[in-house]
Amino acid sequence: METLLACCIGFLTACGVFLMLRGRTFPVVVGLTMLSYAVNLFLFASGRLNLRGAAVLGMSEEYADPLPQALVLTAIVIGFAMTAYLVILAIRARADLGNDHVDGKLPEAEQRRKEAGL
Amino acid sequence: MTLLWILLLPMLGTLVPVLTAKWSRSACALLTALPVVVAFLLLISQTQAVFAAENLRYSLAWVPLLGLDIALRLDGLAYLFALLILGIGLLIILYARYYLSARDSMGRFYTFLMLFMTAMLGIVLSNNVLQLWLFWELTSISSFLLISFWWHKSEARRGARMALTITGAGGLCLLAALLIIGRIVGSYDLDVILASGDVLLAHSWYPVFLVLFLLGCFTKSAQFPFHFWLPNAMAAPTPVSAYLHSATMVKAGIFLLARFYPALAGSDLWIILVSLTGLATLLVGAYLALFKHDLKALLAYSTISHLGLITLLFGMGTELAAVVGIFHIINHATFKASLFMAAGIIDHETGSRDMRRINGLWKYMPVTGVLVMIASASMAGIPLLNGFLSKEMFLAETLNQHLLGAISWLIPVLATIAAIFSVAYSLRLIHDVFFNGEPKGLPKTPHEPPHLMRLPVEILVALCVLIGILPVLMVGSLLSSAAAAVLGTTEVPYYSLALWHGFNLPLLMSVIAIAMGLLIYSKRKKLFDFQSSLPGVDPLNSFEQLMKRLSRSCERFYNWLDNGSLQRYMVLLLSAVVVLAGLPLLEVPVLSGGREELPIDAVNATGAALLLISALATVIWHRKRVVALLMISVVGLMVSIAFTRFSAPDLALTQLSVEVVTVILLMLALFFLPHKTPSQSEPSRVIRDISLASLVGIVIGSWAYAVMTRPFNSISDFFLANAKTGGGGTNVVNVILVDFRGFDTFGEIAVLGIASLGIFKLLTRIPLFKPSSDGDGRPWTRERHPMLLATVAQSLLPLALMVSVYIFFRGHNLPGGGFIAGLITAVALILQYIAHGVDWMKARVNIEYQRVVAIGLLVALVTGLASFLFGRPFLTSWFDYFDVPLLGEVELASAMAFDLGVYLTVVGSTLLILSSLGKMTTAHRPVHKETI
Repeated sequence: METLLACCIGFLTACGVFLMLRGRTFPVVVGLTMLSYAVNLFLFASGRLNLRGAAVLGMSEEYADPLPQALVLTAIVIGFAMTAYLVILAIRARADLGNDHVDGKLPEAEQRRKEAGL
Repeated sequence: MTLLWILLLPMLGTLVPVLTAKWSRSACALLTALPVVVAFLLLISQTQAVFAAENLRYSLAWVPLLGLDIALRLDGLAYLFALLILGIGLLIILYARYYLSARDSMGRFYTFLMLFMTAMLGIVLSNNVLQLWLFWELTSISSFLLISFWWHKSEARRGARMALTITGAGGLCLLAALLIIGRIVGSYDLDVILASGDVLLAHSWYPVFLVLFLLGCFTKSAQFPFHFWLPNAMAAPTPVSAYLHSATMVKAGIFLLARFYPALAGSDLWIILVSLTGLATLLVGAYLALFKHDLKALLAYSTISHLGLITLLFGMGTELAAVVGIFHIINHATFKASLFMAAGIIDHETGSRDMRRINGLWKYMPVTGVLVMIASASMAGIPLLNGFLSKEMFLAETLNQHLLGAISWLIPVLATIAAIFSVAYSLRLIHDVFFNGEPKGLPKTPHEPPHLMRLPVEILVALCVLIGILPVLMVGSLLSSAAAAVLGTTEVPYYSLALWHGFNLPLLMSVIAIAMGLLIYSKRKKLFDFQSSLPGVDPLNSFEQLMKRLSRSCERFYNWLDNGSLQRYMVLLLSAVVVLAGLPLLEVPVLSGGREELPIDAVNATGAALLLISALATVIWHRKRVVALLMISVVGLMVSIAFTRFSAPDLALTQLSVEVVTVILLMLALFFLPHKTPSQSEPSRVIRDISLASLVGIVIGSWAYAVMTRPFNSISDFFLANAKTGGGGTNVVNVILVDFRGFDTFGEIAVLGIASLGIFKLLTRIPLFKPSSDGDGRPWTRERHPMLLATVAQSLLPLALMVSVYIFFRGHNLPGGGFIAGLITAVALILQYIAHGVDWMKARVNIEYQRVVAIGLLVALVTGLASFLFGRPFLTSWFDYFDVPLLGEVELASAMAFDLGVYLTVVGSTLLILSSLGKMTTAHRPVHKETI
């Protein structure tokens, strides 16, 4: 199972990174969300995997490590705040700058194409 | 304590001129001098203790773990320098009062001067090398400010820049040297370092830190080949030249040579580097000084030459030479500072410093003339003056060394040549200025200055004479205590300060120097012609060319690095991640740590497959944004299922509710963003990105595997053992959040609140455009709020709120808590927004969510602070059990109040974010502007 989860973490990371390297804001936001899944899983997995061992006293014989869980719990919420901030920033950037490129301006080639099209 | 006050008084004194500048000039000068006088008297009060070699130390721990203390010491060397700094400083304050014209800002000048005085005192009194370095840099900065005091003059600005660049670069070298030394010795304490000479000399890094250290000293003390900044610093007002650039700051490098003498000297490398640099500087300075027509430039080169002489003495490696070096520091400070001030007087009263024009001043200013003659004679080494004594001793020392093996005889010869030039330029100073015909075209008719302006010169010249005639009485104990401090011994080698040593070789050398100097001066015309026929190099211009080239190449590099492309930054950053996280992987012999793996069952395998497929689908369809959004929500769902499977119910609940909020948010965002991403990536770029992404994925995945398969010890046993007894709850995750690590959680909800407020601010006054159709050109539906959804949502609300209350209260003992309950409440309310619209909600729930966020944070803060009332640290929790009729035993814990704060912050932030964005789609949005 550890192998499978490691593969998942690696794959999610790769997908997230690929999307974060795109040139438009929305895929970057999606990529960041994906990367935060991977990061959260990674942090969580550092407490090792445990079936049927929720860290509630008296409910099981062996407990999963509660510390990474507590860290990840806040990480999920903070991750949401970050995603939200980023996406609103993207909206604001598009409203102010007229495009949704991450650099705030279209690459020259595309700018030319767009002007020719108009 | 006295030590601290000696340093603190001038430091506080920096404020005095600022505050008193609006009063009369004399009042400003007088009040500025006051703290200096007190500090000077305090220093004098320590004289007996210093001469008795008492251990005068003061130290105050600041950051003990880093070896940073505020540590001061006062030994003979520090005492000598502090005496020069405060004593000459006082004279300079008096002098500057008359030197500065009514247009100059006196307050600013005195402030900078006091800043410099503080810095310089800091250097000499420091007993911690890092602290010493701090003051060292401060002298460079205050020197920069003082040189550029007349900032409207281009030469002042350029000279200041050059001085700062050279001494600043040297300062960095010095820092590196001090850090290495501190590292080797294991302490930044000066006492420890000075006692570790053997360790340092034997260390393999000795050449490295010695060279760095000497670079620091030589740049500061204007040693060849870094000497060129000093003449250009003469653009400063003359009090500055007299104080910083002859008497004190340029001696800081020499002070450091003396200070570290017991620890660093005593190797051949030291002797070679220091003595040869000193010798070269001595010769170059003495030779060039003769040809300068500017009075101050002549004095500047003469200063360089004398600094070289002192450096050479410290480089000879004999104890006696070091003693002579210290003696010459005193003598040079007296005669050179007085000469600079006299030059300032001449400049002030004639309006020129050009020695080709200011001739024959003897008629107009005879008193100043006498003073200049005495001081110049001292500089030239004429008997009965202090300059003669140290020069004789210096010449004697040059005869006693064996630096260059068989050609060691060269050094006394070269020293005599330097002495010849020294006589010649001193003679020129006297003859050209006071005799040699009549003044030519001066802007003013020269006359004597106000007496008080001349007083500092008189005092210093009197000292020259007194030391010259009665050396033992005047400076005997001062010199021997300083020498003892430099040599690090209590026994100072025998030396004689007598005026008359009989007919010996040094005397002969002096006589030769005087005779040849006279000769050279009488034949100066030929020499001047020869010198002017040489191709001239303007150090200032070439230096600025060099700086320009340097800054241009920096700019090119910067533009290449920072080209404004976020994608490139990401690539660089991620490549760094691959390298930094990947390289250690290569050193791990086996990836698997041998811990037994859990078996893969059908559910897990299906979940993993779904996760992988949906992640891949997100990437493949990322240009169709709505589809990508749907796919990534599947990924999120699978992640929360994974949390459920692996015994993390709290995480699963959180992830699930955050997922809902995120998807709604991104859906709303897509209303304002294009629905499709245009295809623009070139194939080569796609390949690059895929390779990089795969590399990062492989590295992270491998680490995850390596971590998971290794056995481990966790600190969590503590939390498991104490959750019930110490925190009063059985859900350990929740107890960690609200109790053990409550302070972290407090920080995190603060971040959440700040983010939501930031979003609120970003969305105000945004020039949005409202699309009337979707990406494919289909018009948005007019029917806004479908009835079915509205009905269901409304009936769900009380249920959802009840669930969230339940989740909140059970959180301490069972999965749940403030975060999750807050998210559930938020989702329930958002559903109402979606089903009924903003207007409907506004009519019913008219709450400003910013206030909810603020209240939530306040509740959490007050809960934390409440523990202070009981004398406990911040966020200490309290709990107890009560019997309530009907309900049975109920637990009340202060952690619950904290959790309530968390709950309110989460609800407030989430709703603030979503409702602010949601409002934009309706009539409540700001005024429409067709800008896009």
